[in-house]
Amino acid sequence: MKLEIDHVSKQYRMDRESREVPALIDVSLSVGDGEFMAIVGPSGCGKTSLMSIVAGLLPFDAGTVSIDGNPIKGPGVDRAVVFQHASLLPWRTVTGNIRYGMELQRRFDESTMKERTEYFTKLVGLGGFERHYPSELSGGMQQRTNLARALAADPVVLLMDEPFAALDAQTREFMQSELLKIWAQAKKTVLFITHQINEAVYLADRVAVLSSRPGRLKGLFTIPFGRPRTLSLKRDPKFLEIEDQIWKLIEEGVMGTDPSIP
Amino acid sequence: MKSKQSFYKRHDTLILGTVSVLIVLAAWQVVWDLKLISPLFFTGPSAVAEQFVERYRNGTLLSDLAFSGQTFAIGFLLSSMTGVVLGIIIGWYRWVRLLSSPWVTAFYSMPRVAMVPLIIMWVGTGMSSKIFIVFLFSFFPILVNTIAGVKALDPDLLRAARAYCATDWQIFKTVALPGSVPFILTGISQGISLGLIGVVVGEMLGGGSQGIGYMVAYGGQAFQTDTMFVGVVIIAFAGILFTWLAERLERRFSRWKPE
Repeated sequence: MKLEIDHVSKQYRMDRESREVPALIDVSLSVGDGEFMAIVGPSGCGKTSLMSIVAGLLPFDAGTVSIDGNPIKGPGVDRAVVFQHASLLPWRTVTGNIRYGMELQRRFDESTMKERTEYFTKLVGLGGFERHYPSELSGGMQQRTNLARALAADPVVLLMDEPFAALDAQTREFMQSELLKIWAQAKKTVLFITHQINEAVYLADRVAVLSSRPGRLKGLFTIPFGRPRTLSLKRDPKFLEIEDQIWKLIEEGVMGTDPSIP
Repeated sequence: MKSKQSFYKRHDTLILGTVSVLIVLAAWQVVWDLKLISPLFFTGPSAVAEQFVERYRNGTLLSDLAFSGQTFAIGFLLSSMTGVVLGIIIGWYRWVRLLSSPWVTAFYSMPRVAMVPLIIMWVGTGMSSKIFIVFLFSFFPILVNTIAGVKALDPDLLRAARAYCATDWQIFKTVALPGSVPFILTGISQGISLGLIGVVVGEMLGGGSQGIGYMVAYGGQAFQTDTMFVGVVIIAFAGILFTWLAERLERRFSRWKPE
């Protein structure tokens, strides 16, 4: 197993009410080598907390997260994050931003960094935009830069935190199929977080469903479609059936915990 | 469509600016030549130019300029270096900010001219007291703007840097410093204009006998209007020059900003 999330719990302390609010309870999930795992859940299900924990950016209360058997103790070179907001340095060009992760991690020498920057710039389809600043790019191109920065850092596991949520519907669909092409070439283990069920089903090998407030693992779906996948898959009856099953599971959870329903 | 613009259109800022200055100077010279204004209280462009040449010949112009220039340069370098470094520390660490905020607020909002007699009493009437005055005038705008710049850093960028295992020093170099540059530059250009006021005020009230500020004060006491004007023109030019330099610096660092 590449990524092992083992009985992880997380509570937030509410200072004003001096009580602990659970965000994640006993979440366990194993992601295999080269597997594309998606996590879906309604807002407030703790999926972003889970992502931050795996990234090493958020301390947690119980359980372990390990990569290739090594428990994580903070951020590491074995992981790279594609953030929801592109989080690009506005004063650096596309090239400068794609290099940035490698520069910070100092694992590659200068010529390797240059080679990798060029390779991943082309792979994400930004050839010709090397000298552009983020403010001169569209949202989709900013996310491509964000993705290339993560891939260039050569992580074991790629963490993607709702990377397409801020894009318009058309760009999002296009980026999804682009991501699958890039993933097929980059061959990385991926943990992909989203609130869009059809995005999860379309992209992933398996989809984990989290319940809302607090987040518990409610179900794990194996997606039976082969690859490469095309966007027309989203209209396949089997696809719609899986989407519907996941939707029902989430709906149950939301209804069950909504305090406005007696 | 003609893509090449006319000479006038390409340089209209410079041309109209120069024309405006020349017209005013010419009108002033005519009034002066017709002896419509008293030489005791006012002067003419030609008289100022003569005084300028005279002071250049006997060396007082250059020595005064050197004195003021040195005072300003040393004072301003000290204040910009300490202001930026302290500003980043204060902006970054909350507890340092809370400890220093009553002092920063008090000094920043106080008219610093009020400190000048005190400084002269402590440091004396030589160049060091003037350097100190320039420092005091220009330090706080640089400090306060740098603090604001660090506080306004994008938390997403800090998070991204941490996720890629950035050390504190790497975060400082790649996020904190470049991210606060626009604010630092605003502070620097405010610091320049206040520092210039500091030089002049220090030399006028500082009890010495050197510098452009002293030249103006002396000219006023001796009813040498020409001498006063030479000083005023130099100070005005220094202000224009530094503002222009600060603008260029700002443009150099903001190429990445959206149009």
